Amino acid sequence: MITVVDARKNYGDFAALDNVTLDIPAGSLTALLGPSGSGKSTLLRSIAGLEQLDGGRIVIGGRDVTGVAPQKRGIGFVFQHYAAFKHMTVRDNVAFGLTIRKRPKAEIARKVDDLLEIVGLDGFQHRYPAQLSGGQRQRMALARALAVDPEVLLLDEPFGALDAKVRADLRQWLRRLHDEVHVTTVLVTHDQEEALDVADRIAVLNKGRIEQVGDPVTLYDRPANDFVMSFLGSVARLGGQLVRPHDIALDRSRERAEALDARVGGSPGVVEAVVERVVRLGFEVRIDLRTDSGVRFAAQVTRAEADALGLADGETVYARATTGPDAAELHPALAI
Amino acid sequence: MKTSTGARLGLRTIALGYLVLLIAVPIVLILVRTFGEGIGAFLESIRTPAAISALNLSLLIVAIVVPLNVLFGVATALALVRGRFRGRGVIQAVVDLPFAVSPIVVGVSLILLWGADGWFGGLERLGFKVIFGLPGMVIATLFVTLPFVVREVEPVLHEIGTEQEQAASTLGASTWQTFWRITLPAIRWGLTYGVVLTIARALGEFGAVIMVSSGFPGVSQTLTLLVHSRYIDDHNTYGAYAAATLLMGLAVVTLLGMTALDRKRRTT
Repeated sequence: MITVVDARKNYGDFAALDNVTLDIPAGSLTALLGPSGSGKSTLLRSIAGLEQLDGGRIVIGGRDVTGVAPQKRGIGFVFQHYAAFKHMTVRDNVAFGLTIRKRPKAEIARKVDDLLEIVGLDGFQHRYPAQLSGGQRQRMALARALAVDPEVLLLDEPFGALDAKVRADLRQWLRRLHDEVHVTTVLVTHDQEEALDVADRIAVLNKGRIEQVGDPVTLYDRPANDFVMSFLGSVARLGGQLVRPHDIALDRSRERAEALDARVGGSPGVVEAVVERVVRLGFEVRIDLRTDSGVRFAAQVTRAEADALGLADGETVYARATTGPDAAELHPALAI
Repeated sequence: MKTSTGARLGLRTIALGYLVLLIAVPIVLILVRTFGEGIGAFLESIRTPAAISALNLSLLIVAIVVPLNVLFGVATALALVRGRFRGRGVIQAVVDLPFAVSPIVVGVSLILLWGADGWFGGLERLGFKVIFGLPGMVIATLFVTLPFVVREVEPVLHEIGTEQEQAASTLGASTWQTFWRITLPAIRWGLTYGVVLTIARALGEFGAVIMVSSGFPGVSQTLTLLVHSRYIDDHNTYGAYAAATLLMGLAVVTLLGMTALDRKRRTT
């Protein structure tokens, strides 16, 4: 378990971390999610000891490591750009931490082979990093970090330098690996989809502060504020409130829309809009809308719903939020 | 740009002719003169006690200068690339100074500093002779070869960045272990080029060394000083050619060594 208490870090006038306090449970896979400059990487690097805090404490597994060097924190760190030791073979890269610890040769060889098998690089022992693809290099880096049996595994945008397909594959693979290895893992990402996909807990950071911490479902369904809501998934502004595009229902009849809307507590009301464009995205259909006053928003409906409505460009519809009768309780932002 | 065959051939002829006239012809002439008298005469001329002493002295200076340059060159490059301190610009300029200052000026200023009447002249009265002794020649050679290692290592350090070193530290490596296992192997080719350039320049240095050497044949003559004294003082032109050929031979061996290393680098 990792505990961060009142962490502060300034770069000149810029507050990278502004009194951050965070608990990361043992065995969890926690994502630090935020836009660039939110302090998420600084927080991770502070946990690793690669950055020194200006104030506050870091506790790993009950041990205060605030002033401890990275070498002695019991961590494994994976960098966005792999940080592969270019002059060493894959085997020597993975063995590095064990060689430094002067473990017996046979033990090192066995452990390295095991790890390479786990990360799917069996048979690549004698290659150099330059002979590997980006995804392979990152898996090697992961094996290297895991070789020293770290108490916590820290990943700094580990898939950021890879192309979309490889990124999605590695994400799944990391999730499975975590289920097998169970090491407490912290992953930094700016990609909300990645965070929702792999993490069992997400901490959303913004401007050096933590906005909200929770499991992916809570964060998505009950965001603490507009920032968290708009950062996790797309939003539409309906009658001055933020609503998920898939929580918008469309009707051709104003009366029907108003009758249904009356059942939703604290809803933003019925909004009249003109269809600008109907976009079919496979199973989903996105309908781009514009109100009288020129505000643009989009609604996301299923294909069946779209077919039932039979909307064409230029037609008038009535939009309403469908988030249940307890919307106000579920989502405080809607009650404002 | 499209050029006609004629123009292209013309340009090549001019470029090649320039190289041949400026560099190849003088060197070939010396070789012709040296070996024109037969290999026996050459060997005899470079086996005189003065020649053997000059060769040994030149190699001794190289043997002292290279390790010192490696040590301080790498340290300076690390400080310049990784350090965040005031006055880096000044240090950058100081490192380049030996490129800009004529070696003869170096010699004169060293006498001013280390000579009997200089700031550190007291050392000589204590019996440690710098000027007109081996230390003076070593210091002069260090001065003129100082930039090579720094300037070859610096861009490599920039290129490799610090992530590999950070990765090593998270894996438990101490600063010292990180340097030996990660940093040094990463800069080894830059360092090798720096060393080769240092060797070549140290062997060939004349202007700075002649000022601070007593120049006694068989005692304090380097190979370059031997060529000079044979030619100017002894009017032994053949001896000068032979010594020059030996000097060139050493340079060629150094260059061949570098080419071999370069080839090895490309295959790994």
